[in-house]
Amino acid sequence: MATTETTRPAATAAVSTRRQSWSTLVRHLALLAGGVVVVLLITGWFDDFANYQLATLGAYICAVAGLTLLTGTSGQISLGHGALMAIGGYTVALLQNQFADHGVTGLWVLPLSLLAGTVATALFGAAFGVAAARLRGPYLAGATLALGVALPSITSHFEVFQGDQGLFVPFDPPPAGLGDDFSLEHWQAWVSLGAALITLFLLANLQSSAVGRHMRAVRDDEIAASLAGLSVPRTQILAFTISSAAAGLGGGVFAFVLQTASPGSFGLVLSLTLLSAVIIGGLGSLTGAVLGSVIVVYLGTWLTDWIDGLGLDAGWAQNLHDHLPNATYGLLLILVMLLLPGGLAGLLRRIPRPRSPRRPRVGRPDPPDQPAAADQPVPPTAPPAPTTPPPGGQA
Amino acid sequence: MNRFLFLTFNGLSFGAVYAAVALSLVIIWRATRVLNFAQGAMAIACAYVAIAVSTATGSYWLGFGAALVAGFVLGIIVERTVFRSADRMPTLNTVVVGVGLLILIEAAVGIFAGAANRDFPAAFSTATIAVGDVPLLSPQNIFTLGSVLVVMLALGALFTWTPTGLRMRAAALAPEVARLLGVKVGRMLTLGWALAGVVGALAAMLVIPTGLGLFPQAMEGVFVLGFTGAIVGGLESPLGAVVGGLVTGVVLSYASGYLGSDLTLVAALVLLLGVLLVRPTGLFSPVPERRV
Repeated sequence: MATTETTRPAATAAVSTRRQSWSTLVRHLALLAGGVVVVLLITGWFDDFANYQLATLGAYICAVAGLTLLTGTSGQISLGHGALMAIGGYTVALLQNQFADHGVTGLWVLPLSLLAGTVATALFGAAFGVAAARLRGPYLAGATLALGVALPSITSHFEVFQGDQGLFVPFDPPPAGLGDDFSLEHWQAWVSLGAALITLFLLANLQSSAVGRHMRAVRDDEIAASLAGLSVPRTQILAFTISSAAAGLGGGVFAFVLQTASPGSFGLVLSLTLLSAVIIGGLGSLTGAVLGSVIVVYLGTWLTDWIDGLGLDAGWAQNLHDHLPNATYGLLLILVMLLLPGGLAGLLRRIPRPRSPRRPRVGRPDPPDQPAAADQPVPPTAPPAPTTPPPGGQA
Repeated sequence: MNRFLFLTFNGLSFGAVYAAVALSLVIIWRATRVLNFAQGAMAIACAYVAIAVSTATGSYWLGFGAALVAGFVLGIIVERTVFRSADRMPTLNTVVVGVGLLILIEAAVGIFAGAANRDFPAAFSTATIAVGDVPLLSPQNIFTLGSVLVVMLALGALFTWTPTGLRMRAAALAPEVARLLGVKVGRMLTLGWALAGVVGALAAMLVIPTGLGLFPQAMEGVFVLGFTGAIVGGLESPLGAVVGGLVTGVVLSYASGYLGSDLTLVAALVLLLGVLLVRPTGLFSPVPERRV
């Protein structure tokens, strides 16, 4: 591929002093504290059903944030993140069952299970990442797709996973200190959104660290990155491992929220939904990961409520109820990719500073024939754009 | 030994379908550098057209023909609308557009036809004929193998011997030069998509009656395995797609027969990773040189 300008994002990002990195940490800590306050207020105000939806949202945010790191920041596509969530979910389910069988209780039990699910998925992700680091573009997409379809099907082969029915996930009731009227859904929302906030905080720090810079450098131009002394495979494997850890935590939380781990809830649909959330929110952006998760969790409910209120005849209403949300996601994916490659987060970035100097856009590097002053009109005698695809997009 | 023979022929029959799906993917990939994730969904839409026409006219073969025509038209529509600017997009974006189209088409089929699993008639009997005392193939299997073979030979002849095939290859390999020499490149790419649509629709018509049933997601599994075949063979080579599809079919048949049917997809994953770890671009693709 023809690359001339593509190291620029990494190079500009590299200008960071120690003081700046401190202020970044302080800013992220402030955002984390703000997030905790918002979660406490919202969950106290919402009813049980709304809190249950929030709990689902938290699980999605963990996994989508991990996927946006992998696909947006490191440039590796994954169509099988649902399977990674399954590893986290089943680990948590098996451990919680063991604890329940042996009568072990306590506030530390659930976090320990979630941590174990995260670590188990990270280990699997590291192993798969070794294979993934050898693959490019469509071949990586194919391998991860096969992973996403195959892994959940293993559960029907081994007795311990109890087939299609899945495993029940027992856990302790909310701590007694929170009061008698503290509902289960309220507790689930706390745990789930807490996990989401921790994931976002850690990944935000990672993205603005040297490691995040290395990942973007590898994404934008592998050859330039390796000439600069980076190990491309090592960076990619690290990205896959961290992304898997986030997906594993999301899967564990998902199983905790659903109170069951079954192959049906971790299938291809989940993998594609995660990718939808990443793309609609904005590739590579953690803000986008949150926005995209909100869209995929809530848009379906809004649409089905709207259809049910239309008073159509039963057959049509049923078909629309079942399929219109998916049709909307599909259409959104296509439209966002063709018209708005930065997703919702890109749209947000554009609003406050419409004329600010062009910053490197995550996930969609500038075409190679446009140097920094890209806003200038192209003279009519300019040579035609090369037909080679812009570099860095190959996942 | 009897079981081995049965599994081999059964695998070849399914492998022929995977080969057809793989071939349709490779035709599009070579022409436009798009990996069409919506191929299976497009094929299922064609199968619904077939059953609508069959029900209206009472003729199976009219429905069969209608499915192939629908595949041709759908290929043109998809290329002309969402994938028109595909050559200016990075691979990731085209994959995502394909996934979006997959979700959209399956949902649209669900809205208009419902999600219920419908019976789908086969062209010929699906009862297995025994040779001696070894059950080998059903007439439908023979029809599958035969029609996929005919399509492959026809496509091979088209690409090798006709001026249109030469123009299509030129448009895929060197668009600028082909354009300078008067080839209407855009039209050739559209034709490639249309042909791939026909091959995909054929695959759906062949595989759905063999125990799959007709519902909006019916082709997802077949698509994944056809995709596996294309990747195993290497996306650059039509011959590789055919070989990859057949190998996938046979290997999965053995895995399903000897290890357990619930390990079929795991076998596909192992096959895919095993091949890709040795040859990261498939068996028949040249290893790409790195360019700075």
